[in-house]
Amino acid sequence: MNGAEALLKTLEAHGVTTIFGHPGGTIMPVYDALYDSPIQHILVRHEQGGGHAAEGWARVTGGLGVCMATSGPGATNLVTALADAMMDSLPILAITGNVARPLIGTDAFQEADITGITMPITKHNFLVRHADDVSKTVAEAIRIALSGRPGPVLVDLPKDVQLELTTAPIVGPIPRPAALIPSDSSIEIALGMLRNAKQPVLMVGGGASDAAPAVLEFAHKTGIPVITTLMGLGNFPASDPQWLGMPGMHGSVAANRAITNSDVLIGLGMRFDDRVTGKTSRFAQNAKIIHIDIDTAEHSKLIPAFCAIHGDATETLTRLTASLEPMDLTDWWVKLTDWQARQPNRPAWGAAAAIQMISSQLSGDTIVVSDVGQHQMLTAQLHPFEQPRKWVNSGGAGTMGFALPAALGASLATKQMVVAIAGDGSSQMTIQELATLRKYDIPVKFAIINNGYLGMVRQWQEMFHAKRYSEVYLEDSNPDFPILASAYRIPGFAASTPDELETCIKEWLAVDGPAVLEVRVPQESNVFPMVPAGKGLDEMLDDDPKLEAKELVTA
Amino acid sequence: MKHIFSAFLRDEPRVLTRVTSLFARRGYNIDSLSVGATEQRGISRMTFIADAPAEMANQIQRQLEKLEDVIRVVNHAVEKFVDRELVLLKVKITPETRLEVRMIAEDFRARNVDVGSQSYVFEVTGDEGKITAFIEQMRPFGIIETMRTGRVALSRGSNADIASQVYEGSSSALEHPLAGMAAD
Ligand SMILES: Cc1ncc(C[n+]2csc(CCOP(=O)(O)OP(=O)(O)O)c2C)c(N)n1
Ligand SMILES: [Mg+2]
Repeated sequence: MNGAEALLKTLEAHGVTTIFGHPGGTIMPVYDALYDSPIQHILVRHEQGGGHAAEGWARVTGGLGVCMATSGPGATNLVTALADAMMDSLPILAITGNVARPLIGTDAFQEADITGITMPITKHNFLVRHADDVSKTVAEAIRIALSGRPGPVLVDLPKDVQLELTTAPIVGPIPRPAALIPSDSSIEIALGMLRNAKQPVLMVGGGASDAAPAVLEFAHKTGIPVITTLMGLGNFPASDPQWLGMPGMHGSVAANRAITNSDVLIGLGMRFDDRVTGKTSRFAQNAKIIHIDIDTAEHSKLIPAFCAIHGDATETLTRLTASLEPMDLTDWWVKLTDWQARQPNRPAWGAAAAIQMISSQLSGDTIVVSDVGQHQMLTAQLHPFEQPRKWVNSGGAGTMGFALPAALGASLATKQMVVAIAGDGSSQMTIQELATLRKYDIPVKFAIINNGYLGMVRQWQEMFHAKRYSEVYLEDSNPDFPILASAYRIPGFAASTPDELETCIKEWLAVDGPAVLEVRVPQESNVFPMVPAGKGLDEMLDDDPKLEAKELVTA
Repeated sequence: MKHIFSAFLRDEPRVLTRVTSLFARRGYNIDSLSVGATEQRGISRMTFIADAPAEMANQIQRQLEKLEDVIRVVNHAVEKFVDRELVLLKVKITPETRLEVRMIAEDFRARNVDVGSQSYVFEVTGDEGKITAFIEQMRPFGIIETMRTGRVALSRGSNADIASQVYEGSSSALEHPLAGMAAD
């Protein structure tokens, strides 16, 4: 057995069924071994696409996503996806080829110091120097990726290590420690705070994606309202009357008001990102914070925690639920109900209406993926996520081009249709993955909300740069997306009015296999509510000031 | 406020780069840093001093502890410790100053490790106060160059942070998961 075979055998022993990758010179021994391996390799058309596909896979399964690239440019093409996975705590194993050991450090053809480059954007990385170490290193890399707060781990394999023979045993999954039980003292402190709370709120992040049942129980027993962050959408059902929506820059009126007025705020598996908190000195000024997280470095990193709980989300919540009585929050709910009713006014036709129409055709368990921009925020605001791990987006990094490859990864992982919503700008950053959809007939329904602009940037220019629209106009040079789709032999649809869209959506969703839908929408609409950058959540603008009353429908 | 930390590191490739790149990336202000082997094979010990408010010192410790090759970080601000630094100092001498320079050096128990006709090199060890005082006393004679090791520290008392005791009972922490890897 050589190092390459040891790699694949180790992956097999860990239950890996699929690798997203792209071949090249220094990874060829692994590709040679793949030829006889039961592991399915998905040939993406750009390594970044492979990285995002692995992220989509990891996000919807909660398990490991695997991507692979050759050395030099292949490896550096993975960088964006690794940075993205690091930000959103996704367990990814990235495998890269490297030049043979004697050539390392000599500026050899396609040499890149990928372990050096990815040091700050991976949870850990390894350069394997002997075939005997391949299996145990890969097993260790997978353990690290999946343990505690998950993250991406890169394993760099010089070509001659892949070819070197080894008799070292194949290492199976390294047992992970049981879920971390929080300390009794931290639970007692939290209980004391909650028992005296008059206006408590629970804010749930992506770190609680496997704790949804515990969140539901906690909320229903105590009556405490629940906010879900961008990464936490679906960890509490949107249809539940106790749900207040998403917090932060484009959060709901209810969520942001609740935070501002709360006296005890529980943060669960979330990290008080600046897009969530707005200006930190104005964030939840009246609240004492209970912060539950598996990563103690997040405790008091940005927002001081009065009570920091180091523990598994489910283990912690279950303990709190068991010791709490139903709370009398009647007065609090009077306010909350009033805020819940305050939805922003949106134009009868536009990106928001289009996304709402698409959303209304989907069942509660459909996986929805978004790209980055206005369409992302609108999807987060408007699609009612009912279950965890059904929402895939680039939260921490905000990586344009995420949607299409992430959607194909999510679809292959679940063997289900996946709906992806992108913009006319973002979609083009990884549009080549349409070929991957075609090659494997992956049922991704790819919607492109075409507003002719890099809309989110244009919105900022409109609001904060006196409408000086600098380098954001796309309409004059956008491709005809349905024609582009058909060039990839994928059915394409286009709609410019609500009526057209109505029929298009049905046909688009009914296609057996991948399909593209372009929705041409009015150009200069904005996403509201909005907390302007640098302002506090209490300074939120509930509505678009430029909308005229007569054009309005209430969402 | 100055915080003095000890960090126990696995002797893995680039472990120092990982640590210093984390300092740089997160904007931590590090005054000095020194690393050396411990009595435990495969484990190095790093002493470093950070100028940081208490909350940031806490962050530094926790962010460092997240690195896979960092086994444990001790903040000596919360316990008693001894610290020492070694300095090599080359000072100008003339026939007139020679004696005075030597007498000052004796007061500081500095060793004269290089006797030249126009300069002496002294080796002096001590805590920060002693080192600073020595340098100040030598300054009027003309310091030619100095080299400092940076401070190193150990906890006081028997409940010490020596590697073998820190990891007793948690032998898995000591044992690198890839231990026994073929030697380079
Ligand atoms: C790779 C990358 N480059 C630049 C940005 C900055 N950026 C954020 S949103 C956005 C506009 C996205 O335009 P589009 O995909 O058309 O979405 P829209 O906002 O119009 O819905 C840009 C350029 C980014 N997030 N990612
Ligand atoms: Mg756009």
